[in-house]
Amino acid sequence: MSLPEPFRLLSFLVGVMAFVGFNAAYLVWVERKSAARFQRRPGPTEVGYAGLLQPIADGIKLLSKQLIVPPGADRILFMVAPLMVMIPAMISLVVLPFGGSLMARDINVGLLMMFAFGSINVMSIMLSGWSSRNKYAIISAARIVSQDVAYEIPMLLVVITLLMITGTMNLNEIVQQQEGWFWHWNLFRLNVNPLMPLTFLIFFTCMLAEINRAPFDMAEAESELVAGAFTEYAGMGFGVFFVAEYANIVVGCSFATVLFLGGWQSPFGLWSGVWWFLLKMYALVFTVIWVRWTFPRTQFYNLLNLSWQLLIPASLFTLILVAAMMKFL
Amino acid sequence: MKISLKGIGTGFRSLMTGMRITMGQFFKQPVTVHYPHETLTMPPRFRGHIELVRDPQTGRAICYACKACEKSCPSDCIIVEGAKREGEKRKSVTEFKLDFTKCSLCGSCVEACKSNAIRFSKAYNLASTNKDEFIMDLFQKLEAEGQGGEPPKPAASETAPTRTEPPKPEPPKEEVK
Amino acid sequence: MSTSQVIPAPEQPHETFVLNVGPQHPATHGVLRLKLTMDGEYITRAEPVCGYIHRMHEKMGENRTWAQYLPNTGRIDYLAAMAYGHAYVAAVERAAKIEVPPRAEYIRVITTELNRISSHLVWFGAFLLDLGGFTPLLYAFDDREKILDLLEALTGSRLTYCYYRFGGVCNDVDDDFIRGVREFVAGMWPRMKFYRELVTDNIILRKRLIGIGVISDEMCRKYGATGPVIRGSGVGYDVRKMEPYSVYRDLDFDVPVFSEGDCMARYLVRMEEMVQSLRIVEQALDKLPAGPVMTSGVPRVLKPPAGDYCFAVEAARGRLLVRIVSDNKEIPYRVRWRTPSFCNLSLFEEASAGMMLPDALALLGSLDLVIPDIDR
Repeated sequence: MSLPEPFRLLSFLVGVMAFVGFNAAYLVWVERKSAARFQRRPGPTEVGYAGLLQPIADGIKLLSKQLIVPPGADRILFMVAPLMVMIPAMISLVVLPFGGSLMARDINVGLLMMFAFGSINVMSIMLSGWSSRNKYAIISAARIVSQDVAYEIPMLLVVITLLMITGTMNLNEIVQQQEGWFWHWNLFRLNVNPLMPLTFLIFFTCMLAEINRAPFDMAEAESELVAGAFTEYAGMGFGVFFVAEYANIVVGCSFATVLFLGGWQSPFGLWSGVWWFLLKMYALVFTVIWVRWTFPRTQFYNLLNLSWQLLIPASLFTLILVAAMMKFL
Repeated sequence: MKISLKGIGTGFRSLMTGMRITMGQFFKQPVTVHYPHETLTMPPRFRGHIELVRDPQTGRAICYACKACEKSCPSDCIIVEGAKREGEKRKSVTEFKLDFTKCSLCGSCVEACKSNAIRFSKAYNLASTNKDEFIMDLFQKLEAEGQGGEPPKPAASETAPTRTEPPKPEPPKEEVK
Repeated sequence: MSTSQVIPAPEQPHETFVLNVGPQHPATHGVLRLKLTMDGEYITRAEPVCGYIHRMHEKMGENRTWAQYLPNTGRIDYLAAMAYGHAYVAAVERAAKIEVPPRAEYIRVITTELNRISSHLVWFGAFLLDLGGFTPLLYAFDDREKILDLLEALTGSRLTYCYYRFGGVCNDVDDDFIRGVREFVAGMWPRMKFYRELVTDNIILRKRLIGIGVISDEMCRKYGATGPVIRGSGVGYDVRKMEPYSVYRDLDFDVPVFSEGDCMARYLVRMEEMVQSLRIVEQALDKLPAGPVMTSGVPRVLKPPAGDYCFAVEAARGRLLVRIVSDNKEIPYRVRWRTPSFCNLSLFEEASAGMMLPDALALLGSLDLVIPDIDR
């Protein structure tokens, strides 16, 4: 990389934004197509080959619609919330190692930064729910706060477990530690943590809850709360939340890939590169979609019970187990 | 809420079973019909709107305006008028109007008809932005078809061939009076 | 993790607000409106507001002939139209003392039971939709489509069949139909297992339904709830067994009863009812006698002797009773429907007090309401 640092950073920022935008648009297509296949339908077919231009058509439709602010709503917060929702997804991708050198900024507390910005996500949805002046939206805002608080804890405990194993917060270093065959991945490092697959499962569940995906889509429970916090948003206001949902899926799955599945490392030590990262990430994204189109939604107290009664004790247990093993073995 | 390992196990297994099932469906062919490009054949007994039946011998409508259909209609959507032609004993139909906006497609009229003079059409994609298009003059439609040189269709509704609709949802222009 | 616990609502309601669910809301499946007084997410009072789709079906009966009223019967409950036609036709037959040939009775049973399965499949899909699972809806509609195709080929219409006539049915079944029904029934057994594995056993669904929305049998009796609602509360009340009509006496089937009274019990009752309906259809096909499907000599203009007649059938949603009053004229003096959805809805107010919103919507879904059936 011979580019001067500011240009390099700028090009990466543009790249990250393009990546997020492209993914968000085309994951909608992927979601619609795979949902259709799960349900024995063909899905979108009319716009372009196999409906490939459908996201663009949807985008144009959303852009051409008026953004209505409901009377009595908090105008500023109402407008700010959709802007805020994209920021954490964009910033999180800055520290994410896509490939060996394909990384916008290699900072040594990348993990912390991802968490710090990931937690802002809930703020924007809460603000949109609060400022909409809609009862469904307020219920949704209340739900998302308690849900995110409940799931942040086991997720952090899992990540602390991982931190103890890797000993670094630098995401690039975490990936580099997992070099070699796939049993070097953190997911299969059973010698330091025999419960690692369980840890990954906890992480994945918490991730689903953090990004509000079914079966934990309490905030946007369409059969209960119409569209939850986004009920009052029209046009691109809603579109941005929609895009942000997919951007968050990408971020969450990338994060899981980096932490557990060896990032850009190849599963058999050869030809490592960004393609492995994308392959693993999209496999996880597909699993997220798959889960959504299989299960009914959980009930709210079941969701919290799952976190407080099962996930937090289990993640604490793994934490203590790993600590003990590292201390005594 | 008690937590047991067995409960967690069965719960987790049930989730995996669900995922397996949906994945099994993922690789199967869609069951839907891709509507504007493919259409279904309507079954012989399909109840569309009614249409007059032509007598193959005379080439005219069988209907002799006995008004049984008009009386049997629960929605009062049929108006039949008939007149005697010169040199004929029976009346023949001169006006047969169907107000399709009121019709509930119950089929009472076809059942009431003693001479099989009306039958159900197989048209199902009737849509228009103009309400007047659904006040159909079935008699004039029959006459217009006759002048267009179309072969007369079989008389009884049961033997009417099923026809696949044209590929594009065309406006019901033939129903315009 | 045994059964779900419902966190009780706070004793003293704090500040309440009114949440309008409907008339246009995804969970009400039509134009039902629920005026919910909420304390946070807890419902302190639920007030169903119906009448948005009132079409005066009873009044319409008073200004058209007995036969002209037949199309209306299919439009009261559009998901289980056959049972409604059956009730009305049988009531008039009882009034006018018309005998129905046995073949017609068997055809009526077959079509009604097929219709019941299709209605339950719609409920199954819609209920899962209420619970946030979208995919089972489309699987259920796939199966339902097969029933609708069969019934369309037989009757000419997909929902508003208008198939039964005074003294029989209007078309005889042909071999294609019988073959199609046999194929469908054979194909439905593995599908029931499929549904059980995909949905019934699912831990998320079980958590959402077990122990939620408990309705006691007293409450069912108090509000006149029937059908799967009362059978899910431990009372084996089924019109087909209690006051057997048509040929149900000759058919061997069970009435599924679950005593828990929660949403899961009602869910299981309906799933089991589909199985029983399949059994009935199979048996009725085996026993289907030859002969005419219409009694000859039914006058075209019917004038039943003056009197007051009732007939009850088991519709997909419960006991359906039609009362007709004749004054020996061409048109009925009065037609009165006692529809199951209305009574089943009426207990919602009491049953939903203190529940959380998603649970209440699950309860609403488990009552299997059809809004035109409520409003008529």
